[in-house]
Amino acid sequence: MAEITYLEAIREALFEEMDRDANVFCLGEDIGGYGGAFKVTEGLLDRFGESRVIDTPISETGIVGAAAGAAHMGMRPVVEMQFIDFIASAYDMLTNYVATARYRAFLPCPMVVRGPSGGYVRGGPFHSQNPEAGFIHTPGLKVVYPSTAEDAKGLMKAAIRDDDCVLFFEHKYLYRRIKAEMPAGDHVVPIGKARVAREGRDLSIITYAATVWKALEAAETLAKEDGLSVEVIDLRSLAPLDDEAIQTTVRKTNRALVVHEDTRTGGIAGEITARINETSFAWLDAPVLRVTAHDVPLPYAPQLEDFVLPQTTDIVRAARTVAAY
Amino acid sequence: MPTDRRTPRRAATSGPATAARGAGKPSAALSGEQRLDLYYWMRLTRTLEERLVALYRQTKVVGGLFRSLGQEADAVGSAYALERRDVLSPLIRNLGSMLVKGATPVEILKQYMAKGDSPTRGRELNIHFGDTERGFIGQISPLGDMVPVMAGVTLSFKMRGEDRVGLVYVGDGATSTGPFHEGINFAAVQRCPLVVVVENNGYAYSTPTSKQTAATRFVDKAIGYGIPGERTDGNDVLAVYDVTRRAVDRARRGEGVSLVELMTYRRKGHAEHDNQSYVPDGEIEQWERENDPITRYIARLRDEFDVTEDEISAIDDRVRREVDEATDVAERSGPPAALDGLVGIYADPPSEKPLWYREGQDAAVAAHERAEGWGTFNASKASS
Repeated sequence: MAEITYLEAIREALFEEMDRDANVFCLGEDIGGYGGAFKVTEGLLDRFGESRVIDTPISETGIVGAAAGAAHMGMRPVVEMQFIDFIASAYDMLTNYVATARYRAFLPCPMVVRGPSGGYVRGGPFHSQNPEAGFIHTPGLKVVYPSTAEDAKGLMKAAIRDDDCVLFFEHKYLYRRIKAEMPAGDHVVPIGKARVAREGRDLSIITYAATVWKALEAAETLAKEDGLSVEVIDLRSLAPLDDEAIQTTVRKTNRALVVHEDTRTGGIAGEITARINETSFAWLDAPVLRVTAHDVPLPYAPQLEDFVLPQTTDIVRAARTVAAY
Repeated sequence: MPTDRRTPRRAATSGPATAARGAGKPSAALSGEQRLDLYYWMRLTRTLEERLVALYRQTKVVGGLFRSLGQEADAVGSAYALERRDVLSPLIRNLGSMLVKGATPVEILKQYMAKGDSPTRGRELNIHFGDTERGFIGQISPLGDMVPVMAGVTLSFKMRGEDRVGLVYVGDGATSTGPFHEGINFAAVQRCPLVVVVENNGYAYSTPTSKQTAATRFVDKAIGYGIPGERTDGNDVLAVYDVTRRAVDRARRGEGVSLVELMTYRRKGHAEHDNQSYVPDGEIEQWERENDPITRYIARLRDEFDVTEDEISAIDDRVRREVDEATDVAERSGPPAALDGLVGIYADPPSEKPLWYREGQDAAVAAHERAEGWGTFNASKASS
């Protein structure tokens, strides 16, 4: 089987799920005839028609709310945010309405909100964000953020089949840079399970999305230059978090570095660090450190963006500090 | 004091040029029994709320109490225009609409009293609950949010070719929100079978409509969405039924969204605690005296439809009996079990675990297992 990109893997999942289940439909801005700003939904309109591939007004709250209403009635909508930055416009609908629906009213809300996320692409403040932390903080929502093409497909299929709302973050830097052959058959990756991206003994790097690849580069450098055996954990799901995988790796290597592209304060690295402290303090040989973006809106100029975002060299340097402690 | 005093002048039915006006009076086809039905629902709404006031004063209502006094006709008449299979989304002053759709007084009372077997098992307050089987969707407090949701509910009807209509209530205040605009626009573009009812009761909490919008009539907003709108006297239950029914019929015919503005008046405060200091002197009393929807309907039933005083008082007695019985049943229920508060945030996992400090001492120790040989204390050795 030929290799396909991370973006094509998402598209393949959408095709397969819409084929499999007539209740699955897509809605979003410019997703039909145009195929979406990044062409993720290209070809869906021709195959499934206007009633299942709906071009909407520019209305993030309206689209997310409509998806929730349709989901209550048994549909399985997949909403595209043209850029995930715009999900902020639907924050009320997602956190107040969707996230509480099952708990307060026993209303099922099986829906997916997906969109291109993340930086390293010179997108500036409104086309580069990683807003996952705000939603992880909201009980009732699930959040996934794949780093590989296989996971992009498998997690999308799991998200569409999940009986609750799943926010599906797609890293736009990875869209066309990452390729893989898809596993044969109905490839579904369970939500809530992390993946060991590289095995190691001396130090764990816990991360997700684009920084998985930077962590793997850093691990390679640390192996060559320092003789360190670094384990890299790709979380894949951020809500629910795979506590077992985090515990297992920390108790194995006794040293942990948490890395993410999102800003530092209130970012998920703080949560992971707190959980390690609560469950595995006695196993630690060093403090848990974080490598994250600086606490600034993401700037446009390459010199600025590269400085603000975490780079491989930052991870190498922080890992050496943790290893030497 | 505010100068924009609201007078109980009875609003005539009117609408923008696009309105499908005067398409008959569906209420003319109502049977005598159905006309008494409308009275029953209005009376039940009022009597049930009066009972809730008594329970509130006895501190048996745990949270706030929201009245629809003076708005019973708009709630009941509009919901009555729907079929059983149709779906509505109520607002805080649509107790009457929910009763018409099949919510029971026992459910309402248990809900207000936070009982463990209330419709939301003690999770939500007041009339915030729903039942898709009976055709009402539980609202949330952020106003306007139900418009996009009902756009989606009715979109699903359209996609599946189901002969069903949706109706969503918003107040004068909610028309200022983004979700109102986004939802109605989305539904209009998609030609969803949706009726949007603006209950114009003069106040959003303490804010008069003059501070809510520069528009003089909410029905005029329909033009901006390319949909028809109609406005009528919200305190005339038959007029409410007529206008809503025309909009419902349009939706059922596949002609898309309509806006309905019902002119009414909120005689009580936003909630029971609100002393209405912002209302001009005499305004409430004038509405009570001159434009009470139940008093008006009784007069019409008597004068136009030959209904007798005995028939009216028989309904009043029946309502009183039903509310008494419902109160007895509701008061017998117990509170929810605390651990139920952790259940059902997701389908999977089915429940959250209590945090360790809410478990017994043993559980707390177990949650803090220690590395072999750590320190001087070992949980497993200490307990053996």
